[in-house]
Amino acid sequence: MKSRLVAILFVPGLIYIALAQTSPPTSSQTVAPTAAPGPQTAPAAPAGPGGGRLLPPAYPARPPADPAVVQHGKQVFAVSCGFCHGSDARGGETGPNLVRSQLVLDDQHGELISSVIRNGRMDKGMPKFEMGDTDISDIATFLHSLPTNIRGLPSSAPINILIGDAKAGEEYFNGHGKCNTCHSVSGDLAGIGAKYDPKTLQNLLVSGGGGGSGFGGGTGSASRVPPTTVTVTLPSGRKYEGKLAHLDAFNVALTSGEAYRSFAINSGTPKVEVHNPLQPHIDMLPNFKDTDIHNLTAYLVTVK
Amino acid sequence: MNKSIKLLVGLCLSVIPLAMRGQGLDPSLLAKPATDSWPTYAGDYSQRRYSSLKQINQANIKGLTLAWISKLPIGAGGGGGFPGVGSESAPTIVGGEATGSVAIAGPPPRVGGAILQVNGILYMSAPDNAWAVDARDGVVLWHYFWKTKGGTHIGNRGMAMVGNWLFFETPDDYLVSVDAKTGKERWHKEIADFNQEYFSTAAPIAIENHLIVGTGDDLDAPGFLQSFDPETGALQWKFYTVPMKPGDPGLDTWKNLDAASHGGAQTWMPGSYDPETHLYIFSTGNPVPAYTSETRGPGDNLYTCSLIALNIDTGKMSWYFQTSPHDTHDWDSTQAPVLVDGVFAGKPRKMVMQAARNGYFFVIDRINGEHLLTSKYSGAANWAAGIDKRGKVVRDPEKDSTFAGSLVSPDNGGATNWPPPSFDPDTGLFYVQLRESYAMYYLTESNPRLVTGLGGKEEDAVGSLGPSLVAIDYKTGNIAWKYRFPGATSSPVGITGLLTTAGKLLFSSDMAGNLVAYDPSTGTPLWHSHVGSISNAPETYLLDGRQYILVAVGDSLLAFTLGQ
Repeated sequence: MKSRLVAILFVPGLIYIALAQTSPPTSSQTVAPTAAPGPQTAPAAPAGPGGGRLLPPAYPARPPADPAVVQHGKQVFAVSCGFCHGSDARGGETGPNLVRSQLVLDDQHGELISSVIRNGRMDKGMPKFEMGDTDISDIATFLHSLPTNIRGLPSSAPINILIGDAKAGEEYFNGHGKCNTCHSVSGDLAGIGAKYDPKTLQNLLVSGGGGGSGFGGGTGSASRVPPTTVTVTLPSGRKYEGKLAHLDAFNVALTSGEAYRSFAINSGTPKVEVHNPLQPHIDMLPNFKDTDIHNLTAYLVTVK
Repeated sequence: MNKSIKLLVGLCLSVIPLAMRGQGLDPSLLAKPATDSWPTYAGDYSQRRYSSLKQINQANIKGLTLAWISKLPIGAGGGGGFPGVGSESAPTIVGGEATGSVAIAGPPPRVGGAILQVNGILYMSAPDNAWAVDARDGVVLWHYFWKTKGGTHIGNRGMAMVGNWLFFETPDDYLVSVDAKTGKERWHKEIADFNQEYFSTAAPIAIENHLIVGTGDDLDAPGFLQSFDPETGALQWKFYTVPMKPGDPGLDTWKNLDAASHGGAQTWMPGSYDPETHLYIFSTGNPVPAYTSETRGPGDNLYTCSLIALNIDTGKMSWYFQTSPHDTHDWDSTQAPVLVDGVFAGKPRKMVMQAARNGYFFVIDRINGEHLLTSKYSGAANWAAGIDKRGKVVRDPEKDSTFAGSLVSPDNGGATNWPPPSFDPDTGLFYVQLRESYAMYYLTESNPRLVTGLGGKEEDAVGSLGPSLVAIDYKTGNIAWKYRFPGATSSPVGITGLLTTAGKLLFSSDMAGNLVAYDPSTGTPLWHSHVGSISNAPETYLLDGRQYILVAVGDSLLAFTLGQ
């Protein structure tokens, strides 16, 4: 029995591809991403909508069902089962959540569910139900149509993240936050409230556009942040400046136009000075208050 | 046996090392501190990852050089398009219950866990793959490939060995036993229900006549640990890490039994073992739903994110200590419980120490579970309001995931993660790779009834103070030294684990492609080799009088030894 079911579930490899696109299965067991490209480095997995790495899904996926059958199953369920199990089947005062019940997960087309419906579970207080084959299999189809896992799915109802005070945000921008020492709402930030949705804007104002990805993920964002640069000063006093290409305790590399230069570092020589344009944002992280972040977002969405 | 025959046998063994091949693992090795061999996940049961070998030491470290490199064959087709040293002649044994082929997305299998070294043979694994490699020259001896039904292919932490048999877990929830000599399968056994989305990455741990097997799940199935008979695969005991029936201890820390029995607390990392007390000490994963916690009730949600001590023969709990009560950030506390004998507050103590993913460090008396110390080792961690009198970290609900967003450190990857820390008895310091990254945590589902597992949340990385190597003084919780890896300041990067040795060396990746030996007293780099993206914790072994340092880079192994 088991092997036959497995065959049904696993022959259509396309299902996995579809699932991979809708439900990014980031795991609690975070994978350690590779920190630096090496000769054996795998290409980085794309980040999913949840900000995590795209990892293999490969759990039993069910083919899409006829919406009319799902709708009928939902109606039958609501009438006979919803009182105890909740009309969404996710559990009620007396009945368990059926969407993730082991029996429902193991069931394919109602064959396991039907015996529970027809025989009841007297020991757990569930009565028997007289029900036709079609109604039972439609209930099964309805239950199987509900996602066990909502990762990557949009919210069932709109969520407003704009809970801040725009006026307080403006004061913070020009005052305590010192945002105006680098930014101007009529200059680099002109019209920013129209360019991004509030959440993206909020993430940008915290990160400065850097963000990042890997080990916990993050969508980051492509923005016009200038690159990190480096100044390398040789013992002779000669200086090289350019984009930072690599830095560890032993080597520094930089690019300038077409040129690429690499220097070995020994006992603090040559002198290496890194200039990260996002450093002010990094320096803010330990003390940035959520209230100030929310207020700034409320303010910047008005800059249109 | 008379004297001359004994002498002859002795001569044969010393002259022809190949005769050693295929000899089973001497069980007495398992109970000793790590020396010549590496017979279990962390080298020994303590998980100190400290080796008493010192042929390679501070005085000669500059002479450490590559002995061999070996690329492992992957997949069912033997070489599989990855021809490398020795791989062409190595037989590939195929097993598995899948009837079709499953396309597995994501990066190819990499060696991220432990590599055993027993009698001159290395044994390692990756999801769906296991190998034996000659420890002297890197020649691949056999390759086992498991045709998978699916499951989360996020990693595999390594194998266990009993006698001449190896054991490993698969992403589709089988425990597989193969012959160490040939790679041929002896049996496989289903260890968890695939339909509930369990997936198995742990390294089994062999202890006397038990094989301790953990598993994982990201939906909402209950966590458990199982003990199997290494000969037959028969179940000896099963310990659930959350309450499963009325009257179970810890139930009052959950909203109701349904929440508890779907509450998570997975067992995806191997534990430590104290042979004196027969206690197996392991740690559990996060509660679920991970981020929308109201359906779990306001309590601590036992025994999620906890250190747990079980009697190895009965599977009964002796004590527990919860390191993240009512976690709301998916910060599994599955980091290695490190067993240390030493002095604490002027008294000799048998302790267990853990640097948890939440940024806090704990010292517990491992005999009775008495709390000795809690300290914060991540300067950036901002999710807690403080530490109470019992050493419990008190969470700040303002720093839960919220609809409007909360700026929290650590990010989901944690202050550290499963990659192993190390304790060096010579310095008395506990070493861990620290990440000080920040993320905006958002709740993305307004109806808590719809949320299971890790759903209903979005996390956006917003910056990092940079990763570092820290040395913690367990007597005070103070940071003895902190070495910030240069050049890795802006993006969160991977950590891969540590090794210390009696040669006064601390081996680590520097997160920029180098394997580095540091001075464990100061954090000063003493030696490095640019090898690429290191994927596991460095190990060491002694063979034919030579000490090796071994590390994996994806599907390749690199062994270093002193130049001649």
